[in-house]
Amino acid sequence: MNKGVAITGMGIISSIGNNVEENLNALKSVSHGISRIDLIETRHKDDIMVGEIKKTNEDLIKELGLDPLNSFSRTAMLGAIAAKEALVDAQISDINEYRTGFISGTSVGGMDTTEKFYLQYPESEENRRFIKAQHAGYTTQSVSNYLGINGYVSTISTACSSAANAIMLGARMIKAGKIDRMIVGGTDALSKFTINGFGTLMILSDEECTPFDDNRKGLNLGEAAAFLVLESEEIVEKENKKILGRVAGWANANDAYHQTASSSNGEGAYLAMKKALKIAGLEPQEIDYVNAHGTATPNNDLSEGVAMTRIFGEDKTPVFSSTKAFTGHTLAAAGSVEAVYSLLSLRENLIFPNLNFKTKMQEFALVPQTELLSKELNTILSNSFGFGGNCSTLIFTK
Amino acid sequence: MGECYINGIANISAQPTTDADRFLEEIISHKTSIFKAHDPNYKEFIKPAAMRRMSKSVKMGVTAASIALNNSGVEMPDAIITGTGMGCKQDSEKFLEKILYDDEQFLTPTLFIQSTHNTVGGQVALGLGCKAYNLTYVQGAASFESSLIDAQLMLLEEPEKNILVGGIDEVAKNSTLLHKLDGQIKEDDIDVINLLNSKTGGTVHSEGATFMMLGSKKTDTSHAKIVDIETISKASSEEAEKHIEAFLDRKGISIKDVDAVILGNNGDIDYDHYYRNLQDSLFSETEQLCYKHLIGDYPVASSFGFWLGCKIFEKNTVPDILKVNSTTAKKYDTVLLYNQYLGKNHSIALLQRC
Amino acid sequence: MAELQEELKEKIIEQLSLEDVEVSEIGDDDPLFGDGLGLDSIDALELIVLLEKDYGIKLKDPKEGKAIFESINVMADYISKHRTK
Repeated sequence: MNKGVAITGMGIISSIGNNVEENLNALKSVSHGISRIDLIETRHKDDIMVGEIKKTNEDLIKELGLDPLNSFSRTAMLGAIAAKEALVDAQISDINEYRTGFISGTSVGGMDTTEKFYLQYPESEENRRFIKAQHAGYTTQSVSNYLGINGYVSTISTACSSAANAIMLGARMIKAGKIDRMIVGGTDALSKFTINGFGTLMILSDEECTPFDDNRKGLNLGEAAAFLVLESEEIVEKENKKILGRVAGWANANDAYHQTASSSNGEGAYLAMKKALKIAGLEPQEIDYVNAHGTATPNNDLSEGVAMTRIFGEDKTPVFSSTKAFTGHTLAAAGSVEAVYSLLSLRENLIFPNLNFKTKMQEFALVPQTELLSKELNTILSNSFGFGGNCSTLIFTK
Repeated sequence: MGECYINGIANISAQPTTDADRFLEEIISHKTSIFKAHDPNYKEFIKPAAMRRMSKSVKMGVTAASIALNNSGVEMPDAIITGTGMGCKQDSEKFLEKILYDDEQFLTPTLFIQSTHNTVGGQVALGLGCKAYNLTYVQGAASFESSLIDAQLMLLEEPEKNILVGGIDEVAKNSTLLHKLDGQIKEDDIDVINLLNSKTGGTVHSEGATFMMLGSKKTDTSHAKIVDIETISKASSEEAEKHIEAFLDRKGISIKDVDAVILGNNGDIDYDHYYRNLQDSLFSETEQLCYKHLIGDYPVASSFGFWLGCKIFEKNTVPDILKVNSTTAKKYDTVLLYNQYLGKNHSIALLQRC
Repeated sequence: MAELQEELKEKIIEQLSLEDVEVSEIGDDDPLFGDGLGLDSIDALELIVLLEKDYGIKLKDPKEGKAIFESINVMADYISKHRTK
């Protein structure tokens, strides 16, 4: 087995909690964060359910101690909160002590501010500082500047697999000795843009989402940010760091089937899982638990399920669940949110349940774990898929 | 360090650069502060059925990818990595405006689907049926270089791979105009050829695409070797200079070994001192070349520098229009690239003849 | 009815950017998806919006579209029975 890259810190903010412990408590007490929309003005308020963080932008500005004239989008503020927690967790006080980089995944970037001010820009100078803030890279730099990271900073935007890909790149760069320490993850705020966008695809559920259920109606959008600190073996040894887990396997493959939909045989997902297992040096049977992408859209769950049966065998698929019914689908952040949950699973030897499941899908025998389960866990496989056929798999080990 | 060769290259810009045989013999004069790419005949490269939903950046990207593949002789890449500063701005803008003007009604999916930053990467993969690794970087002026850093790392991990790397950015009707409001684009139209002598803030914006096929082995089609690339999120002009010195040091290359330096001067009086400082110090005795007075600026404009480097090695000459000082190199074997935008997203790259 | 069919063909060509297709090339009974006009699932979603916007017909489940968009004739028939504008 590949030893993998050490994870020494994590941080998260989601609709089920403002930090790691709050998220863990919500997962353990099986209390989800799906509600109606309170903070965005949209005509779809009563049509859909979302995983919204019940903090206003003013709350977030205060919490971060930002200048009132800052140009942080909501996406950037959520990112800064989660990344800060991760640094504290990793007990990093001098950010520039080692070669440190930052990679964030985002899909909306500053869209939440752009959609508020777009029509005002030509007339009013007041909010023009947010024009630049629209770009995804600007969101990332708002966070990296906040943390004091000036060297390697990058953004990955591959829709809903962005954060998983950020974790993958960070692990690869550390493994190759290109950098000593990398803060990796993703952030996405809810926006009218994505609410309407996913609306046009007719894949938003008007109820709490039901991953892997035969009668699933679609996804709940969510917002979140989550970051991990990855560090080289040298730092870990020198500073005798506590290790939360390791990124042992990673892979990205493309379904090359359709712009948004996944193929019926789950080819991209299959290839990603297969290669991640190979990199981790693990056999499929050695995986203790799968944190599935499981968005609860008819297309995703079928395609992912088929891919799992191809990798593991229909009757040998490990315990699996999708945690999207807790948080909603947090788009670009999903991969790192679920990485944090996977690390909590490893730490607590607990599998968090797939909520709202009632009826087994007709197409295969797979049934997700629906109750909180105590189990010795050493290896977890986590999937994240996005538009453009983008399929990513990460494997976390103790 | 794994070796990294450019084994195929294609460029679409506001100049006629698509034809592999030509090297800026003919210059199109642009007189506005926002201007479009000089379009090749996209129909030669894309089937009508596939083309009907494509925005400009998808057309440019798919076409440049196709030419670069052809140029390298590789039929199926083992990875596709793209960089874009602003992604598919045209479709994002149209979708956003429909949300705002039509009060979130009667929206259609095509614009949304194509608003994601990885649309071009996904479309290239879909067109080729390429199931390999496919990533998209979005880091302002360092977007293209971010993709190169990933590709370089991958060649270290898996040297047998052929990696298609591309940079794409497009002009969109209203969102590009917004950059006039926040000072990124010059308020008044100018004769772009005189951009570098401008005395005002902001620059001129345009669009384009560069695709390259990278491999760890030199082939018959190799244009250049990428010795190394580095990106720096934020630096002062002095810090940028130190970064460049340290970069060259690590490569065991002295300033004298650099035959020409390709700089990203964009006529923004508030930020061109990043380049001026280098022109007056480190590279005062080096041949200095600039290109944004030909193609404008946009997040992946720096990818044009890689195309220039390859052309210079191939033709062994530099068109006068690029020269900004009186020094002429005796040979063109080693070329350094440096770019930044608004003091952020700095990139340094070193190309060598191979 | 024939008028509605012509109208639909024009609208489909415009909405789906079928630049190389002429109204006369679309037969009333030709399949719109697959082998016929070659439309795909994204086009189906576009057509659902067209039904709502121009004829006041709101489909809740995208799967319903499959039967309705079989051909121009089937579509015209459905619209004339269910239109609210």
